[in-house]
Amino acid sequence: MPIDVEAAVISNTRLSDDYNVVALAAPEVALLARPGQFVMIKPSRGIDPLLRRPFSIFEILRDPGGAPTGISLLNKRIGAGTGLLYDVPSGGRVGCLGPLGRPFEPIESPAEAWMVAGGVGLAPFVTLAEALKARGTKTRLFYGARRAADLTYVELFESMGVEPVLATEDGSRGARGFITAPLDTALAAVPRSHDLRLYACGPTPMMRAVAELAASHGRRCDVSLEQVMGCGLGGCYSCVVLTRTPGTAPHFVRSCIGGPVFDATRILWDALAH
Amino acid sequence: MDLSVAIGSLTLANPLIAASGCFGYGVEYADVVDLSLLGGVAVKGLFLNEREGHPPPRIVETPAGMLNAIGLQGIGVHRFVREKLPELRDRRAVVIVNICGTTIDEYCEIARILSDHAGVAAIELNISCPNIKEGGITFGCSLTGTHDVVSAVRKVTPLPLIPKLTPNVTDVASFARAAEEAGADAVSLVNTFLAMAIDVHTRRPKLSNIVGGLSGPAIRPIAVRMVYECRQAVKLPILGMGGIATADDVLEFMIAGATAVQIGTANFVDPFLWKKLLDGIRAYMTRHEITRLTELTGTLDTAKRETAWISS
Repeated sequence: MPIDVEAAVISNTRLSDDYNVVALAAPEVALLARPGQFVMIKPSRGIDPLLRRPFSIFEILRDPGGAPTGISLLNKRIGAGTGLLYDVPSGGRVGCLGPLGRPFEPIESPAEAWMVAGGVGLAPFVTLAEALKARGTKTRLFYGARRAADLTYVELFESMGVEPVLATEDGSRGARGFITAPLDTALAAVPRSHDLRLYACGPTPMMRAVAELAASHGRRCDVSLEQVMGCGLGGCYSCVVLTRTPGTAPHFVRSCIGGPVFDATRILWDALAH
Repeated sequence: MDLSVAIGSLTLANPLIAASGCFGYGVEYADVVDLSLLGGVAVKGLFLNEREGHPPPRIVETPAGMLNAIGLQGIGVHRFVREKLPELRDRRAVVIVNICGTTIDEYCEIARILSDHAGVAAIELNISCPNIKEGGITFGCSLTGTHDVVSAVRKVTPLPLIPKLTPNVTDVASFARAAEEAGADAVSLVNTFLAMAIDVHTRRPKLSNIVGGLSGPAIRPIAVRMVYECRQAVKLPILGMGGIATADDVLEFMIAGATAVQIGTANFVDPFLWKKLLDGIRAYMTRHEITRLTELTGTLDTAKRETAWISS
């Protein structure tokens, strides 16, 4: 059951001219959160902008004793709402409704988990990595961005025992080009007998490419899709994704309650806005 | 303190109704709201059969509002009575079923099916969706069309019948009058205002359907005016809506002439708003020594003008 809190902003850490991380005091939300879930954020009071915005829960914040105290959000400034969140001051308050959505299913050892992130698509993977670590599942992070400055929090993943594989479009860190190239190489190097699941989040063309690679290597891939969302609770039918189920006609599924995590083979990628 | 209101033969515990299209089938919200505390729940518009609706993008935000062109995606009346109605009944929701048709026969068929099932409190006739080409608004934009569909459905159901009117006409009041003459028990107004938004860089429409319906606080003053006009024209109870987000907004619509109100877009922003609205209404009743809320309806004092704004 989601709850709504007026969460105090503990800190706003600018990572670059576009990216920031906002820490929110929201212990009730943190306590309920499962890997890959999201919250609906109202970055300002008032009616313009009017609607909330969906954000993956980035980190679960904890006190020294390990009790959840809040959550953080990884934000990329794109429009009015994300711009307000980029500028939100410490001590300010934002509306935080959640946790919401179908979570990731962390795969169990001896299977391996490979997380594939593009840019701000890194956001749902900290909580997934924690859940995988708790299960002792060997985990890799394939992480691509435009430039080195946009590759953030790699050390956090390393501290959780996650092996990072990096790529930047300009070659300033890791492999030059898209992250799908090193992913393809790595997939080809794993024997078929070794169980493996992919988890992907990032720009739609990236997720589509990852889904196609996964299919060609015979691996399951779960994707976390970001759609324009009105309510986050299944009320408005705006965040739909066209999906297929064998034997039935394509069907629009609400990504807020039917997702945001989907088995990639269900997605009709040509119909997805990006 | 009595917050109850009467819509024809139907008595609601309070005047707050979740607006159709903004509350799924109600069951989606059962985790966050006690559905039995709402005056009513108007469920998402149902055709006879399932529909997929428009491709995304289906909504876009605009100043103090939003456009939507969902295209009435829905599960159809048969699946509704099988899959959703039992839970709504168990949760003691007062269910107002919004129905859509491409023909008068389709409206009648859906109304007949609903009349055979326990747990349906009223039927709201959607003759005003701006986002679909066929049916619906073709009835709602013609006085004879409105009259014909209301009187046809009137003949097949004993349930309270509430046509939902479009604001996209020159004179909404004449449509309220047509509905009244055809035997409606109440009217809902207004549906969304036909509108559009364009990305100037790509020169593309921001909605896949090109045009959509504007809702939210941006439309509220126009909707209040339309409720006021309809109040002069008909004796029917009016279910007023358009941008309601606070208790004051509810009261404004009631003073303009609404017996009950519907809340849509604001529920997206704050799904917990119902209790806040009820608390605000009760505080107002205490302050103004009102014991029966329904006495507020249509009490606009036009003899004097409010002048406080001059100094504010």
